[in-house]
This record gives sequence, C-alpha cells and structure tokens, in this order.
Amino acid sequence: MNRLILRTLLSHWRSRPFQIVTLLLGLTVATALWSGVQAINAEARASYAQAAATLGTDRFDSLQPRGAETFDQEAYIALRRAGWDVSPVVEGSFRLGGERYRVLGIDPVTAPSSLPARPDLQGADLTDFLGPTGLILISASTTLPRDADLPPVRVVEGIAPGTLVMDIGLAQTLLTMPGQLSRLILLPGAQGTPPIAEASGVVFDRIAPRGDGGGIGALTDSFHLNLTAFGFLAFAVGLFIVYSSIGLAFEQRKPMLRTLRALGVPLRRLMLVMVAELTALALLAGIAGVALGYLIAASLLPDVAATLEGLYGAQVSGSLSLRPAWWATGLLIAMGGAALAAGDTLWRTARMPLLSAAMPEAWHGAQARAQFWQGIAALGCFALALVLSFTASSLTAGFVLMGALLIGAALALPVVLATILRIGAARARGPLSQWGWADARQQMSRLSLALMALLLALSANIGVGTMVMSFRDTFTGWLDQRLVAEVYVTASDAEQGRAIHAWATGRVDAVLPIWSAEARLGAVPISIYGVAQHPTYSEHWPLIEALPGAWQSVARGDGALINEQMAARRDLSPGDTLILPTPDGTDWPLTITAIYSDYGNPVDQVMVDVGLLATRYPDIERLRFALRTADAPQVIEEARARFGLSSEQVVDQAAIKALSLAIFERTFTVTGALNILTLAVAALALLTAMLTLQLMRLPSLAPLWAMGLTRAALARAELVKVLALALLTAILSIPIGLGVAWVLTNVINVTAFGWRLPMNLYPMDWLRLIGLALLTAAVAAGLPVLRLARTAPRTLLGVFASER
Amino acid sequence: MRVLAFLLLLPTLAFAQGFAGLGTATHEGFATPERGGTLTFPADHAAHPDYRIEWWYLTANMTGPDGASYGAQWTLFRSALAPGGADGWASPQIWMGHAALTTADRHVVAETFARGGIGQAGVTAQPFAAWIDDWQIAGPDLTEVTVRARGDGFAYTLDLATSAPFVAQGDGGYSVKSGAGQASYYYSQPFYDLTGMIKIDGVPTPVTGQAWLDREWSSQPLAETQDGWDWFSIHFESGEKLMAFRLRDNSDAPFHSGTWIEADGTPHPLDGDTLSFTELERAQTSGPQVPIRWRVQIAQRGLDITTRPLNPDAWMDTLFPYWEGPIHVEGSHDGIGYLEMTGYE
Repeated sequence: MNRLILRTLLSHWRSRPFQIVTLLLGLTVATALWSGVQAINAEARASYAQAAATLGTDRFDSLQPRGAETFDQEAYIALRRAGWDVSPVVEGSFRLGGERYRVLGIDPVTAPSSLPARPDLQGADLTDFLGPTGLILISASTTLPRDADLPPVRVVEGIAPGTLVMDIGLAQTLLTMPGQLSRLILLPGAQGTPPIAEASGVVFDRIAPRGDGGGIGALTDSFHLNLTAFGFLAFAVGLFIVYSSIGLAFEQRKPMLRTLRALGVPLRRLMLVMVAELTALALLAGIAGVALGYLIAASLLPDVAATLEGLYGAQVSGSLSLRPAWWATGLLIAMGGAALAAGDTLWRTARMPLLSAAMPEAWHGAQARAQFWQGIAALGCFALALVLSFTASSLTAGFVLMGALLIGAALALPVVLATILRIGAARARGPLSQWGWADARQQMSRLSLALMALLLALSANIGVGTMVMSFRDTFTGWLDQRLVAEVYVTASDAEQGRAIHAWATGRVDAVLPIWSAEARLGAVPISIYGVAQHPTYSEHWPLIEALPGAWQSVARGDGALINEQMAARRDLSPGDTLILPTPDGTDWPLTITAIYSDYGNPVDQVMVDVGLLATRYPDIERLRFALRTADAPQVIEEARARFGLSSEQVVDQAAIKALSLAIFERTFTVTGALNILTLAVAALALLTAMLTLQLMRLPSLAPLWAMGLTRAALARAELVKVLALALLTAILSIPIGLGVAWVLTNVINVTAFGWRLPMNLYPMDWLRLIGLALLTAAVAAGLPVLRLARTAPRTLLGVFASER
Repeated sequence: MRVLAFLLLLPTLAFAQGFAGLGTATHEGFATPERGGTLTFPADHAAHPDYRIEWWYLTANMTGPDGASYGAQWTLFRSALAPGGADGWASPQIWMGHAALTTADRHVVAETFARGGIGQAGVTAQPFAAWIDDWQIAGPDLTEVTVRARGDGFAYTLDLATSAPFVAQGDGGYSVKSGAGQASYYYSQPFYDLTGMIKIDGVPTPVTGQAWLDREWSSQPLAETQDGWDWFSIHFESGEKLMAFRLRDNSDAPFHSGTWIEADGTPHPLDGDTLSFTELERAQTSGPQVPIRWRVQIAQRGLDITTRPLNPDAWMDTLFPYWEGPIHVEGSHDGIGYLEMTGYE
C-alpha cells in the first residue's frame, strides 16, 4: 500500500512540476550558501591548525625572547649544556618573485619527533637536508617560482601552506640572521638545573601550547563568525522558499489527502510516506546544495585567503578540500531545514478534519488570526532586541541581537503591510483601484513570505552597506590623520639605518623613527611603538579621550598612549597605570594619558617615547623612519640613489594610502559577493511565489476579464501591485537596515575588534536600493505577468466551467 | 670494541650494510686506518673528523657500601655525514650520547643527540673534555676525569683516576675486524680506579670500583656481511685484563679477536684461532632473546671461564638497540666486566 500512497503523492508533483522545482531549488540554494560558507571557514581553521602543528605551537611550550625578535644561538647551547631539553627554531618571512613565504628552520636532530615539520627523513634525504646544498620541504599546495635560486625542493605531508621548512643553518642564511634564533621549543618534561634566564643569560617568555597557530584563531574568529552569520541569513531566506512551496503544495494536496484518508489509508502510514517523501527530496537537494556550495567556496576562497593574509598575516590554503565538517553538516542542515519548513504543514495534515469542505476562502479569518500571533511574536523579538542593545557584551549576543531585530521585522512586515493596505483600501476611489487594493490584501498572505525574504535581504544590504561605507569614510579620514609624514623609509640593516638617520637629519625638516617592540602583557601579545617629540603627533594624532598634557607626559617618559582596542579589551582608561615588561626583567610603569583610535588593527598597541623605548628594549630593529619634508620627490630620489634602496623601501605618503585602501577594499569584496547572492535568493523567492500563485489567481482574475478588462490591462495591474508591494517593503527595510547598521558598528564591531565605528547616513544609497528592489520585483514578476497577458481565453473561461 | 655505538650514529641507514650500517663501503673522501702508524697522546684523545665514525666509550663496574653490584655506561659517538670540516650548522658531524645504569633488578637508559659544529657536543684534548648537552667526561687530562650523566630517573657522577699507560689494541692500535681487512684505530684505558655517587629514583648511593674506556675511530669498520658481535671486557682479580670479541658473519665463519693485557699494561694480541666462544643459555629480554651466559676459552692462556650477567635484561632501548651490561666471571679466573651483544633481533 505504501507504494500506492507514494505514487499518489508524487503524482501531485508530476502535474505541477514547477512546485517541486522551486522546492528543490530553494533548498539547494540555501544549502549551497550555507555549506559554501562553512567550507571556507573549515578550510581556514584547518590551515590555522596545520600552521600550529607545523610550528609545534599546538603541542609544545615555546620560549620567546622578551622584547626582541631574535636571540643569540649561544643561549641555546648554554641551555642544552645546563640540561634543558630545548630545540631551536628560526622563523621569518621571505619574498620570492613577488610572493611572500614563511620560512621555518628546524634542527631535525633535537626537534620532537611528533613535529610534522620534522622531516621523516632517512639516509640520503637527511644528509641532503643537513648538508651544504640543503633541502626545502613544502606542502603540495605551495607553489614556488620556477627559476628561483633555491636549494632542491621536496613535497611532504603535514606542512602548512605557504611555509618552507629547512635546516636551521639554511634558514639563517636565507633570512640573513647569522647565529640568531627566533625561539625555542621546550620538550615535554624538560628540566635543567639553573633556571632558564640564569642559564642562558636571556629573559624568555614561556608560551603555553594553543591549537590555533599562536592566537591566529582568536584574531580571525570575528571574520569567520561574520561569514557564518551571512551563511545563516542566506539559509534562512532559502528556507522561506521551501516553506512557501511546501505550504502551497499542502493547500493543493488537501483534497487528495482527504480522499486518501476517506478511502481508508491510516493516518500513521500516510504521515510516514509523506515524511519519507520529504526526506528523499531533502537528501536530493542537500547533495546538490553541497556540490554547489563547493563551487561557490572554491571561487571565493582565494579572495578570502588574500584578505586573511593582508589583515592578520594568516596563511590559508587557496585550494579547497572536501572535509566532512562541512559537507556532512550541509546535508544535515538541508534535512533539518526541510523538516523545519515542513513541520508546520505535516502537523496540519495530521490534524486535518476528514470531512469538512475544502474551504480555501477561509483564508480571511485565518489570516487575521495568523497576523495577530505574528504581531505578538514580532513585538517579542523587538523587545528582546531592545534589551540586548543595552546589555550585549559578547559577539554571540551581538549576532542574537541582529537576528532578533531581523526576525522581528520579518514577522511584523505582513502586519504592517496589511494595515497600510487596509488604510489604502479605505481611501480608494474608483472600481479598479478599489479592486486593486482589495486584491493586494488577498495576495499578501501568499506573497508575505517572499516579501519577508526580500525585506531581510534589503535590510542586510542597507545595514552592511552603511557599515562598509561609514568604515571607508572613517578609515580614509583616519589615514589622513595618521599618515602625515611625506616620505617613509625602511633600511636594509641596522648600519644603513644609522646612516640614513644621520643623512636625513640634516636634509629634511624632521626625522621621525617608526620603531616598535613586541611583548606580552598577560598572555596576550601587544606592540609597543616609539614616538618622537614632534608636533606631527600632537597636532594630528586622532585621540578619543585624553588627559590634559597627554603628549608632554609621554615625552617626559612617565606617560603612554594606548589604542582603543587595548582600552576596550583590558578595561583601561586615562589615568590608569600600565606596567610593561622589559627584556632585562625589570618592570616599566607608565600612566595612561590618552586613548587613540586604531582602525583595522587586531592587536593591542601602546605608544611611548621612542628614546626610552630604544633604551629599555635595546634589541629592537631601527630600520624604519618617517620624514617630514616639503620636497618629497626630491628626497625620495636622493635616498634611493645614495643608499641603493628599492622602490619598496622608500615610499611616499600617497603610495601607502593607496595600499591601505586597496587592502581595505579587498576585505569587503567577499561581503559584497555574499550580499548579491542573498538578494538573488530573495528575488528567487519572489519569483517562485508569484509563479505558484498564478494558478490560484485565475478564479480572482477571470471575472474581471469577463467584465471587459483586457488581459494586457490585467497584466499591467498585476505588475503595478507587485511593484507597489516591493516598494513598500523597500521603504520599510530602510529603518530596519539602519538598525542593523547600528548593531554592526556599535555592538558587533566593538565586541569583535574593540573599536567603535561612527555611523554615517547615505540617502543616495537608499534610493539605489529602492531602485534595486523595484528592479528585482519587476524581474521576478516579469514572467508571471507575461504569462498572464498571454493566457488563452479558453483557460479563463474554464474557471467558470470548473467545479471550483 | 664498541662498534655498535658507531653504527648507531650512522643516519645513512637506508642503504646500510652490515650491522647498523657499519659495513657500508666508505664514502669517498674519508680517511682509512693504515697499519704502522703510532698513537700520540693527548692529541689522539680528541676527535678525528677525517674518519667517519668515532666513539669515547666508558663502562664501569662498581660496588656499593652494602656490597651490591652496579654497572654504569657513558658513551659519546661521533658520526660524519660527509668528509671535511665545516663550522656552525653546516658541520657534517652528528653526535649521540648513551648513558645507562644497571643494578641487579633495574636497568635505566638515556639517549641524546646533538648537531656538531655549534658547541652543543664535542671533544677537546687539553684540558680533556668530552661533552654532549649536560653530560660530560672532563678533567685536566684523560688520566684524571669526572664523568657525569643524567637521564629519566637516574644520574651519576664518577671520579676516575689512573696512572697506567694507555693500551694500544691490535697491531699498535691498528685493529682488524674481518678476514677482508676492515680495520679501525683502537686503544683502551682499562685501569681506572673509581669513586663516585649514583642516584636511581632519587636514592643516592656512594660507589667504588673500576672503569674501562675504549677509544676507536674508522671509516668502515665492518665487512658488508658482518651483522653483529659479542664483545667482552673483563677485569680479572689478578689485575690482568681481557678484551675479546666475536664478529658474526651471515655468509662466513665468525671472526674472533682479542687482547690479553698484563697488569702493567702490556698488550698481547690474541690469535683468533685460540679464542673460543660458546653460548650457554639464552633468555628473553625486554627486546629479543639473547645469549646471556657464555663460556670463553683461550687455549694458550689456560683460560676457561663462564660469564653471567648482573641483570639479564640489560637491553638498551635506543634508536639502534643492543644489549650491554655488567657481567660476573668465574672459572679458571675470577673477575668482573662488561658484555656487549649486537645484531640480535
């Protein structure tokens, strides 16, 4: 009997192939966007874990020199001779043919055997690795330029992308740091007699193992959360399509189901077969969705990888691999989504009274009831959003806030539109317009889901768009404030640095060193920047909060400035005391005198007097300078000629600004792409809703045609109605979108990055978006309207002839 | 003879021949030992980088205050990946250290590795220092040294002193290892007197006893078909010493050799035909089954002794594993010593 029931149910789809297509399409696209985003996230996280494993930072303690990037390898020898079981590591980055590679030098003899980077080399390979020519190990996904003047290269498993693993001696030569090491791996159980600092003469910070490549996971968390949120949004919009298709199918299958029940099919069996049918459809859509998601992710991944590298220095593989993490969850979520969308329908099927008439016109009363409950739910969501807007302090809370806002808006939309339409209907004059308003009110219940999807997509568009544009304007203005000097110079080594400093001091108006040290406060890395005493800083530097005499205090040596991120993360304000660690082990107490804004920087930053910095941290690199001069092109020419500097080493302000902005733009290309995809899904929702609606509209339209309205006029009226509804939705989406923008700039950004973005308004963008909404609606409505205009009179006549 | 140790140092095992690659044909550029040279001290106490393999091998037989027997081993191996010297990380030398302590019921082992050329391991002749990480043998010269090593759950500090001369093995230091003529330079100092302190699981014990140092270097000490050996070093109660070994061959008869050392240090090389080794009993160790009791006979000396180990499970669970432990000797002569067995699987 099951087969019979199944055949009966499936026959519905056969006669209405369009419905099953939209169902599958909706679920497929939703799953595709979701799993695509998850695939990108999974690939990135796998790359971070691999980087951590390659470096050994996920399993072993590390010793890093305090306040310096490198230390003498004699310290390593001294530690080993004191009985400390440590293994040396050299790390750095290396430019080859325009690409930047990470170099990792290890000592295979002392490195722990569980280090993936430690070559499992035997015999001739080990000899080559340690020998005079050397051997470089890379992962399969890394590509090196063909004619590079490098030692022989070997591909092995388990190495992070973009990383070159080699012997320490070779790494030291490649990175020009002879006799220097970057850090030490502390093998488990390592214990020597004198304490480390005493035995080696160097103060080390002991870093515990973490599985995310030295904090990269934490830094990039917000980026990935952003992507996930987008995925969720797209999935939700897609689910709307599924819900509407299933709901429509139920409406149309109701007589068939009633017949089946009346013929004696037990309810349980019927439900079972329906669930089986749904599962099969969901599985089909899920598989197609995962495949499509793979394609989307593969095309977006290179851009994401570039963004992550530019923003955080994270190395992510540019090629996608199939991981169960996302394709399995993609399938599960497709099934889950279908279950969610169909749950309501299945429940109604179970409760359906057997013998009552079909009564499709009972919609009116039902609609009013439904709207009442929807309105209550919407108010609930808004209330939650309101509460969270004051109390949200974590990233998840921020996204919940945004979710509540959007869901509340979606639920409220039909209620609001219905009210507007009611008011409009009351004011209507003339039969056609009266009919138009009334018809729109009836269409609302069918179109409401699609319009909700449109509202969500438009609001997200406005919200994200407003945020990005505000960010861009703020960023540009901030760049102008920070990049005041005309020329920026980077020396090749310390000696040249001194020479440049000496030459520039006589030649230009001011030489401002850009020197910094890396340190750790608590377990979190900070950078300490040195500032010279010059009005360039005190006049231009963007301060958010400042005590009087902030800059003088810094010049005196007892004050420091911190960036907004640090103030937010550690809950500091001007007047608090800050104690910085120094390489010789003493503490450096400072008073915080001001907080400055530092957009786009994920790391905490402190600014102190540069002279004192150089004294306390004697091992910092002194290679970078900013030069104030009225005569930039001339100075650049002279510097290049005199010191043989490359064009990368001497840049003018405009070039740096252009580079910063380019990185900025690249960051948001991904967002832009996802924005468009979401809007496309919403358009699809509208299109499918209208197409499925068409058949049901005939009984309403046929009488008008019979009364003399031409089909063309009918079609025009349809178009106008849809456009009007879309316009109303677009107008309503503007305040919601601004709300989303507010949440993004004031809650999400602050909790994710620690700095607040001022929010600007862009009315031209709203007009653009309204235009886009109308265009979407026109495209979506185009086909149905055209079909209506071409409907054969026979079909319209048939309405009167049929039973319904 | 501690060839085993050398072999362990060889990373070139992929195409190794003989036990642990010691039979691999010499890399071009390495020097080969020649008959007729003389050993000069203290220069020859230091490393010989022109040769591929080298070791400083110390074994000690000790007794505690309650008469319990102990054995200690301290070994530093040098292996060269390529001939020639270079400093820093480019040095082709790899160093390896083995340390062990044996009691009647415990045998603890430690192993460590180091790159050459950077100062993490090395040997200097005057004043004498041989070190790897925090293990060392050091003193004003090799006649008076302190030996230190430390491992998981054990440590020892031993003071060694001797006034006896160094003993050249084989023919004036040229020690042949096979019928085909593979050989090494080899000398020993079996006459150390020892006092010191050992610590196992945190329990310190003062000890006294005797120690034997072997020094050997070569570039291809074994023939390709030789797959292991059994080597004995024995201090007899009469004051004489015996060094004897049997090199097992998988295609030929085993190669026997040895040296009888008189109490004043005069060496008498032993003809292989006069030496006879007989396995008396095999036992299962934490590694493979090995012969733990032996009978050694030297016809021309009237020697007929049997050996038994202090601890049958003296298996060295290192990168290249082998058996090494103190033995007790009885029969025509009584004494104590060390036994090393390699190549058993």
